[in-house]
Amino acid sequence: MKQLVIISGKGGTGKTTITAGISSLAENSIIADCDVDAPNLHLLLEPEVIETFDFHGMDIANIDDEKCSGCNLCIENCNFNAIFTDHSINSCKCEGCGVCEYVCPENAITMIDNPSGTVFSSTTRYGPMVHAELFIGEEASGKLVTSVKEHALSLARENDSDLVIYDGPPGTGCPVIATITGADLALIVTEPSVSGIHDLERIIKVTDHFGIPAIVCINKYNINEENTKQIEISCEENGIMVAGKLPYDTIPNRAMIGKKTVIEYADNEFSDNLKSIWRTVKAELDATS
Amino acid sequence: MKIAIASGKGGTGKTTVAVNLSLSLQDAQLLDCDVEEPNCNLFLKREMEPITEVTTVIPEILEENCTYCKKCSDFCRFNAIATLPNKIMTFPALCHSCGGCMMVCPEGAIQECEIVTGIIRKSTTKDQTGPELYEGLLDIGQTMASPVIGKVKKYIDPTRTAIIDAPPGTACPVLTTLEDVDYCILVTEPTPFGLHDLKLAVEVARVLNIPHGILINRSGSGDDSVEKYCADEGIEVLMKIPQDTRIARLYSEGIPFVEEMEEWKEKFMQLYISIKDRYGRSEKA
Ligand code: SF4
Ligand code: SF4
Ligand code: SF4
Ligand code: SF4
Repeated sequence: MKQLVIISGKGGTGKTTITAGISSLAENSIIADCDVDAPNLHLLLEPEVIETFDFHGMDIANIDDEKCSGCNLCIENCNFNAIFTDHSINSCKCEGCGVCEYVCPENAITMIDNPSGTVFSSTTRYGPMVHAELFIGEEASGKLVTSVKEHALSLARENDSDLVIYDGPPGTGCPVIATITGADLALIVTEPSVSGIHDLERIIKVTDHFGIPAIVCINKYNINEENTKQIEISCEENGIMVAGKLPYDTIPNRAMIGKKTVIEYADNEFSDNLKSIWRTVKAELDATS
Repeated sequence: MKIAIASGKGGTGKTTVAVNLSLSLQDAQLLDCDVEEPNCNLFLKREMEPITEVTTVIPEILEENCTYCKKCSDFCRFNAIATLPNKIMTFPALCHSCGGCMMVCPEGAIQECEIVTGIIRKSTTKDQTGPELYEGLLDIGQTMASPVIGKVKKYIDPTRTAIIDAPPGTACPVLTTLEDVDYCILVTEPTPFGLHDLKLAVEVARVLNIPHGILINRSGSGDDSVEKYCADEGIEVLMKIPQDTRIARLYSEGIPFVEEMEEWKEKFMQLYISIKDRYGRSEKA
């Protein structure tokens, strides 16, 4: 079984459109949406939820007013300024470290369980899917991504799947790192804009750092063909394959409105190129040991 | 007044709005709080000078004093320390710098070690036309964005207008960014993805009790579900930027479109005035 992650360094490059397209081409695969902060894949794949799991992030501090003597030791020692002067907890800032509990002389503080999201195991017309929903203000932690991945991997084992496809989160932070860990290949989606090039450089540093083989796909390549050329040259210099290019097209938006993947929706240059990108990705995956 | 530009996710045109709006105003500050991917300066192309580093403290273990009692690793809720029978290891990438391990160590075997997690930069004063830009940049491999954001926001001058480019998402970095702003412009696209993410962003603005309105980018490229939603929820649609290949092309070249399409400066100015008239806090003098 192979693991493919689709990432982009930032949002809005068409990562989810491409992930959905690929998941409609791949056979015997499991799909997982690791963009837990703003998941979109379910809008195209319309999963039917079979099972839900509560996700618990870090515990959070809770102060018992009755026991509190007001000594303020907790406030002084909290490195995250998470305790208000009235000794209530700012749940957004509390990291759940437990320092306040440790320093409180009155044992007025306990660390309590903090439900922070839900993980779903679902079916779609392209096979099983795992996705999640995070409560507002909760950190899109690597921990939730890891939980999504664990559910996806165990489903993959149960179903004897050949491939797990992860729609990755944007950025270069903790959730991205959690997503790419253990992947066989990263497909990086970029676009030929100045910021797209900048974000591509950053995300390649991340995949390099973690030793994940990467290939690139350029979306909206015809918006700026000089920049596209520049991306191709710099990829070649860095020994990164460009798996293909997708034209700027209204198809992704129209398919999205029709709740379809681009492959289902249209037969044109966009979907043809995506099919060819998928063949390249598949060959690369097969070549990894 | 402080106006934040946010969106439930990336790629909707947040940075475009922040940059073009601040260029349309006189004497604004622009603060790039998208510290994982600060992109404003790709459009402004300023000389930037580092003004301060953001540091945090992680434990350093003096192994000769350590008795491998495990108190530190038992305390650490982030698995940033592992104690073996006669070896102790720290994993700085996991450490949240809570300081707990140093408190619990009975042997005084842990000392503080300062590391840099990010940097704040400011546009140099030499080429000062348009906004004064501050940006925070989180080092690759670091995960604690909020302290960097907090530090960028320290440079807000309360007597001026601050335009704040927020990070994507709905998690703590966004809440840290939006804390105590006067108004929030939520940028979205007229598509099902845009609508879905917009709903999350609206929820954040509501939780924080920040007045907010919607700016529809790439208007005409999708459907009318976003506008329907705004009408149903009573959320003001402040402005629409059309789907336009000229704007897309300028964006791809890193050129703020108000520089080539002057008429938009006036539109952004009007947008600002209408927000300021209704939501600006009365400033001293
Ligand atoms: S658990 Fe840690 S972060 Fe939370 S309030 Fe206590 S000391 Fe602060
Ligand atoms: S340390 Fe304990 S007793 Fe002191 S102020 Fe905090 S909660 Fe109250
Ligand atoms: S400072 Fe806190 S998070 Fe870091 S290693 Fe020590 S106990 Fe763990
Ligand atoms: S608490 Fe101190 S003595 Fe005990 S294992 Fe940790 S560093 Fe060593």
